Amino acid sequence: MKIAESWLREWVNPDLDTEALGHQLTMLGHEVDGINFEGTGLEAVVIGEVLEVSKHPDADKLNVCKVSDGSDEVLDIVCGAPNVVKGMKTPLARPGVKLPNGLKLRKAKIRGVVSNGMLCSAVELGLGDESDGILHLPDLAVTGAPLTEFLRLPDAVIDLDLTPNRGDCFSVLGIARDVAALTGASLKDASIEPVKATIGDSQPVELVEPQGCPQFAGRLVRGINVDAESPVWMTERLRRSGLRAISPIVDITNYVMLELGQPLHAYDASKLQGTIRPRLAKTGEKLTLLDEKQIELLDDTLIITDDSGPIGLAGIMGGMSTAVSDATTDVFFEAAFWPQDFMAGRARAYGLHTDASLRFERGVDPEGQGRAVERATELLLEIAGGDAGPLVVTSADEFLPASRTIRLRQTRLDKLLGAQIDSDEVESILEGLGLDVTAVSGGWDVTPPTFRFDLEIEADLIEEVARIHGYDSIPETTAFSQAGLETVTESTVDAEKAAATLVARDYQEVVTYSFIDAEANTIFTGDESELVLSNPISSEMSVMRASLWPGMVAAASANNARQQDRVRIFEISKSFHGALGEHTEVVRIAGLATGSVFPEQWSSGAESLDFFDIKGDVEALLALAAESDEISFENAEHPALQPGQAAKVMRSGEQIGLLGKLHPRLAKRYDLKRAAYVFELDAAKTLASRAPSAEIVSRFPAIRRDIAVVVDDTVSAGELVAAVAESSPALIEDVRIFDIYTGAGIEAGRKSIAIGLILQETSRTLTDEDADAAMAAAVNKLQDKFAAVLRD
Amino acid sequence: MQALSDLVDQAASEIDAATDLTALDAVRVSYLGKKGELTARLKSLGQLPADERAAAGQEINQAKQAVQQKLNVRREALESAALEAKLAADAVDVTLPGRGTSIGGRHPVSRAQARIERIFTNAGFGVRSGPEIEDDFHNFTALNIPDNHPARAMHDTFYFPGGNLLRTHTSPVQIRSIVKEGVPIRIIAPGRVYRCDSDQTHTPMFHQVEGLVIDENISFANLKAVLHQFVEAFFERKAELRFRPSYFPFTEPSAEVDVRWGEGKWLEILGCGMVHPNVLESAGVDPEKYTGYAFGIGIERLAMLRYDVSDLRTFFENDLRFLRQFR
Repeated sequence: MKIAESWLREWVNPDLDTEALGHQLTMLGHEVDGINFEGTGLEAVVIGEVLEVSKHPDADKLNVCKVSDGSDEVLDIVCGAPNVVKGMKTPLARPGVKLPNGLKLRKAKIRGVVSNGMLCSAVELGLGDESDGILHLPDLAVTGAPLTEFLRLPDAVIDLDLTPNRGDCFSVLGIARDVAALTGASLKDASIEPVKATIGDSQPVELVEPQGCPQFAGRLVRGINVDAESPVWMTERLRRSGLRAISPIVDITNYVMLELGQPLHAYDASKLQGTIRPRLAKTGEKLTLLDEKQIELLDDTLIITDDSGPIGLAGIMGGMSTAVSDATTDVFFEAAFWPQDFMAGRARAYGLHTDASLRFERGVDPEGQGRAVERATELLLEIAGGDAGPLVVTSADEFLPASRTIRLRQTRLDKLLGAQIDSDEVESILEGLGLDVTAVSGGWDVTPPTFRFDLEIEADLIEEVARIHGYDSIPETTAFSQAGLETVTESTVDAEKAAATLVARDYQEVVTYSFIDAEANTIFTGDESELVLSNPISSEMSVMRASLWPGMVAAASANNARQQDRVRIFEISKSFHGALGEHTEVVRIAGLATGSVFPEQWSSGAESLDFFDIKGDVEALLALAAESDEISFENAEHPALQPGQAAKVMRSGEQIGLLGKLHPRLAKRYDLKRAAYVFELDAAKTLASRAPSAEIVSRFPAIRRDIAVVVDDTVSAGELVAAVAESSPALIEDVRIFDIYTGAGIEAGRKSIAIGLILQETSRTLTDEDADAAMAAAVNKLQDKFAAVLRD
Repeated sequence: MQALSDLVDQAASEIDAATDLTALDAVRVSYLGKKGELTARLKSLGQLPADERAAAGQEINQAKQAVQQKLNVRREALESAALEAKLAADAVDVTLPGRGTSIGGRHPVSRAQARIERIFTNAGFGVRSGPEIEDDFHNFTALNIPDNHPARAMHDTFYFPGGNLLRTHTSPVQIRSIVKEGVPIRIIAPGRVYRCDSDQTHTPMFHQVEGLVIDENISFANLKAVLHQFVEAFFERKAELRFRPSYFPFTEPSAEVDVRWGEGKWLEILGCGMVHPNVLESAGVDPEKYTGYAFGIGIERLAMLRYDVSDLRTFFENDLRFLRQFR
């Protein structure tokens, strides 16, 4: 909310300069987003009067104006504004003047015509963010007078970021109340002298659904002057608050809303038919709004009706049929109390967001309606004359918020804040905020005023005390918690360790989005996602990923496009699976590597990665937690992986992940420059561990025996190793594959595999006979199982 | 016959002239070998009268020793020169890079998160996590944000059909952890959060760390202390903090915390407050007996300040040239 300092100071005027006032507002919880000093540097700008306008001889879009600056001299000024007309009063900057935007004016020739200064727009004067031409000043502005005097500048516009709980602060009055409470400066009397009725006319109002509209204040004013204009002090305050001046009636309703926080609506009384009845809409009813859009109403929406049907969207926007116009002479002001519960989210449902709806959604003072109508009437009579009827406030008291009394205990206050706040101070803070305070044993009974509907419980009062006392004045005290020591588990290896392992192996961590393109998700996983966002930010971010690969491949592709050919990346984060409601979230460790094995280097070529480079990385990860005999790899078929270079990672018979070569089709789709290899592991299953249980290390020497067997190509190394290991489980300590050979001497479709056996016993030194027996057992096993032939 | 001393001088000059071990050995053989000149002289001692033999023998032996010593010195010199020559030939350009691969690095957000976790775990906090696909109850209702609360509109929530949503903050972990573990409790909960907002200063996904301490005597003064200590630990320097009244439905009183940065500018870094009694009640805790504080820290925000990152969006572009700056 934007608020003009001068307006605020009319209500409360603490002995603080603008910056200090801004600081105090921030420390009250009304964060100052910015302060814009308006009018400083405009001292030399005067009010000019355009006497004549003629086309520039050499430029279609320019005019040459004869302008008076109040002296006898008439200035020729070239002006490009589309809205310049004869007789117009507008700000004039003569040669020598420096504008806030840094422009220094001098006498200049523009397309061959001498220009003695400039007619200025609001933007050029630093008085607005946008303008559609030069500033059109009212005719009553005195030609030659200083602009700042006329506009009552300089002033500071303070932009406040209000919190949603403080609906009461959405006005000059509300902010002034808080400033007065903090600084002790006196607050202007907010009560308004009732305007006497000079006619007896009133508009009938009936509260047919009082829970939705428990209070409705209305007043007829007849015979206003249609030629009246809003005074500059008012239009300037509106402008500084971010609102445009429109007409006296509309300006007045806006002005009162900004000043008192109660939105009003003005009807052309001559267009109203019969009795006004606020009620909930019926589904399908239609209403044409002020902005000429027709909407279809929902049955949770409060509307205002007269005998003709819906005439306004309650608290959001008025209707077209009863709108005021330049010809309106009879006005009916409405100030209603629309409860927050009936307003929350309603404007948004129609794609609307108005100053009124914002205030009603956050709550208005349930006692502020009559006062707002009085204030509006007072202003209307002052500006446009007319005869006022009586103020009519129609209420259903039982539906208005009841006042509540909240007990505040000194012990609770001290305990929650961790500070001792003197009871006198507590009382004066609460009273300063306008709360009714009664001392009771050990504390106070506190009744907030109607406008502080946000105060509901003791903690709310404690916050109020802390806020005014100052958060800065509360000490810092270290807590000693009774919460016990945290367990440090060895049942899982910390994911940090997995990250460190990958970092040590030259992988760079990335963070990719959890939501991805639906098609990419399907291509990479073979399944269509069932976790589809209703309101994605774009179609590329519309489903929850079931794999980290699509994001990583996209990241690799983007890096390839930035001349980064060697990409090694990993991510440890969640993937999402299953149907909503039965879905699971699984933390995964995923990696991608593409490009050369090593960075380009003098000693090695740019050899490309292969399957076993990345498998080595995966095995290093697995070794963090798993015993080697728990792990195995099996051939896999997977839509994202190239057939024949894809493996399931198995741990104790359960699949815990995948690795392989990214399918060339996908590599091409993502414009990868070279083959990419990827892996993805279930983090919990990969890192599940246990505290080691030490076994006796043999003091006796180990014996190594090597054999070479010829088997069919289809026999995997893993199967051979497993078979050998189980041929003499008590003796075989380790089995290693140290050579694989195909070619001359080996028939086609077969391969030779050289296997090393490490034999050891913990209780004795093994003999050659033991070793021979183990070898024979191993060979037998391989012959039986794989028809292996021993090779010499 | 040549004088013995001349012979030694001659040997010495030949020794000096020998430029390698082979040549040197030839010199040795020619003087001290079986047929060497000095050996021959010793052999010819027998031809001398008996009373001269001892003196002459001693002289020859001294000459032999002198030659042998010169040979030794020369051998050592030649050997050492040979070794040096070999080593010189083995010299490498030490400025060439080492073989093999370098190391990768952590993402700056993870790095900041790990740092935050360490600071709090060192102080006895546990680390918890919760689901990212949340339900309305845990993300809003249990946190005192009922239906139609204006705060909901400010959360820019991503929804799934049927009302599930992507958590908009890490605060739901407060509720889940209290319900699961009871009180007293002292935890942090880092993780991804999501808001339907994307511009220069917002990404639709970002990271938060939730903090929660509930015990019998936890106060706002404790909250101020822990956050002040945290900020100083994170930035490794003295820090000036400003606690500013604010509003979160799930805390009362609530505060936003600014840190004084650079030339005196206040920068907002986190939100916090005393856990709202309604939140304690919805998690089954007696708010009369227990009080607590909670805070929510934006990890990207801290990482940007700590690591001088000026544009939030670079965190999610995964440009290796950017990421390689973090180890």
